[in-house]
Amino acid sequence: MTAVTQDQAKRFDPGEIFRRSPVVGPLLALVVAIVVFSVSTDTFLNLDNLSLVVEQSLVIGTLALGQTLVILTNGIDLSNASNAVLATLIMAMLVASGATSGWLGLVTGIVTSVVIGFLIGTLVTRAKLPPFIVTLGLFTILTALGRLFASGQSVPVKGGVLAWLGTESYLFGGIPVTYGMTLALIMFIVVWYALVRTSWGKHVYAVGNAPEAARLTGINVGRTVLSVYIVAGLIYGIAAWQALGRVPNADPNAFETGNLESITAVVIGGTSLFGGRGGVTGTLVGALIVAVLQSGLTQLGVDDLYQEVAIGVLVIAAVAVDRFARRRQP
Amino acid sequence: MSITARGLSKRYGHVVAMDRTDFDLADGEVLAVVGDNGAGKSTLIKTLSGAVIPDEGGIELDGKPVRFRGPLEARRHGIETIYQDLAVAPAQDIASNLYLGRERRLAGWRGKLLRHLDRKGMREHAQQVLDELGIGIKSISQTVETLSGGQRQAVAVARAAAFGTKVVIMDEPTAALGVAESAKVLELIGRIRDRGIPVVLISHNMPHVFEIADRVHVHRLGKRVAIADPGRHSMNEVVGLLTGALRMNEEGTLSEVSGAVHTGLDPD
Repeated sequence: MTAVTQDQAKRFDPGEIFRRSPVVGPLLALVVAIVVFSVSTDTFLNLDNLSLVVEQSLVIGTLALGQTLVILTNGIDLSNASNAVLATLIMAMLVASGATSGWLGLVTGIVTSVVIGFLIGTLVTRAKLPPFIVTLGLFTILTALGRLFASGQSVPVKGGVLAWLGTESYLFGGIPVTYGMTLALIMFIVVWYALVRTSWGKHVYAVGNAPEAARLTGINVGRTVLSVYIVAGLIYGIAAWQALGRVPNADPNAFETGNLESITAVVIGGTSLFGGRGGVTGTLVGALIVAVLQSGLTQLGVDDLYQEVAIGVLVIAAVAVDRFARRRQP
Repeated sequence: MSITARGLSKRYGHVVAMDRTDFDLADGEVLAVVGDNGAGKSTLIKTLSGAVIPDEGGIELDGKPVRFRGPLEARRHGIETIYQDLAVAPAQDIASNLYLGRERRLAGWRGKLLRHLDRKGMREHAQQVLDELGIGIKSISQTVETLSGGQRQAVAVARAAAFGTKVVIMDEPTAALGVAESAKVLELIGRIRDRGIPVVLISHNMPHVFEIADRVHVHRLGKRVAIADPGRHSMNEVVGLLTGALRMNEEGTLSEVSGAVHTGLDPD
């Protein structure tokens, strides 16, 4: 029995590479896309455009970062974008009305997102409700609350701390880098570190992969899942700050499909929707793939709707690759 | 370590799962626990591993009374249980699984402040445990799902034996395995005993029990009815004891029980 297994392993197996490192596939796709667009257009491969591509993926990328944590625990968050939009409205209205300073408005918005995360986590771990249902409900509630709160109007932000992530930049090797990009990069590194280098991360993976085994080995499953929703809430609050940096205007109708776009980035990045497999490196790549496709296809003169078709195909392909790679294991 | 339990009882409503049963595990032995389905073996084992709290009776470890309020407390006393479904995370590698729930952090500020895991130390220790137990696995960084059933069992055994363990309890470790892999797992049980760690082995497989066990605890209708000696008693005799066809007398001799099978037709 053992001999056969070892025999199989000796043969070259491309599926093995994908299983070992699920980032390889998405990374390959990203490189191919960049090369194709660089060759087929004159406008794609230049610093301004590439910088714009990154800028455009900041908000969805940050939302996808939180989404990755949730999906790793075998959960899903349909309310992340509406959570962030509500936070932008709270931030902008508090500051615009003169009720608070910029910093206090910012912190209040972020705290609101954290509290919503705590609420979801409590409903999922204490009341044992399915995350899909809880966040579907909250998605509707938070979207409506945002519109009620702002009376359906958007609230402009006049510079200051709230717009700071988009307005302030520095030169890095001659390339202008906004504070928003820097913050996003730091966040990815911090979350990556927590997932891969601390026991909290090991527990997050175990809870998503084999909850019963996690419980039997003494991991507090409920507390781990709750902590994930709280951290995700914090990340969504920062995504709200990123959004105001991109467009200094809190709009209750913004990011209506942000929840699905964040799931798209996570899935294209190779994280399994069944939990316990994947990671934030894949999500970073996944978010960039979407932004590169949109930018490149636009420059090739492809209609917006066809771009969406292409991204849809990519999502299905990503899940199919995940499935295929997993079916081949002994 | 030795375990002594006296008069353990557990009732679930009208169902008596444990009926004033005794249990003895001597230091350094492999004790098999056999019994028919529904005899209450798993309730007894769960009581010893802290997953079930008995209504009555007491447990002593090396003569000191203990009371477990949960599996973690039993584990803190050095009692490790390997469940039938092994409690492994398939997508994680062997080293991670060995340390699941009790990861080790780096010494110094990186461990304290940044909570950085001691990945190298954990991998080295995991490799060392596998080597000591003679478990041949290509790479410690393989995910558990790439292993065969026997290898997975071996990983679970290695985990149970890796942390200053004093007693290992195994629930049907060979039930899902083929002949060759079962033999390896039995060998592994022997090696754990050789390290001075007593093993409680729950099994339905009489040949396996007779191959490895030093003594056989026979469980029937919620209590221990006999302690058989594989050197003295035959498999058929042990089966007779656990079905109730045979009875063990005070001095260890066996006698047949007449009318052991109650058909329910007899008015008496």
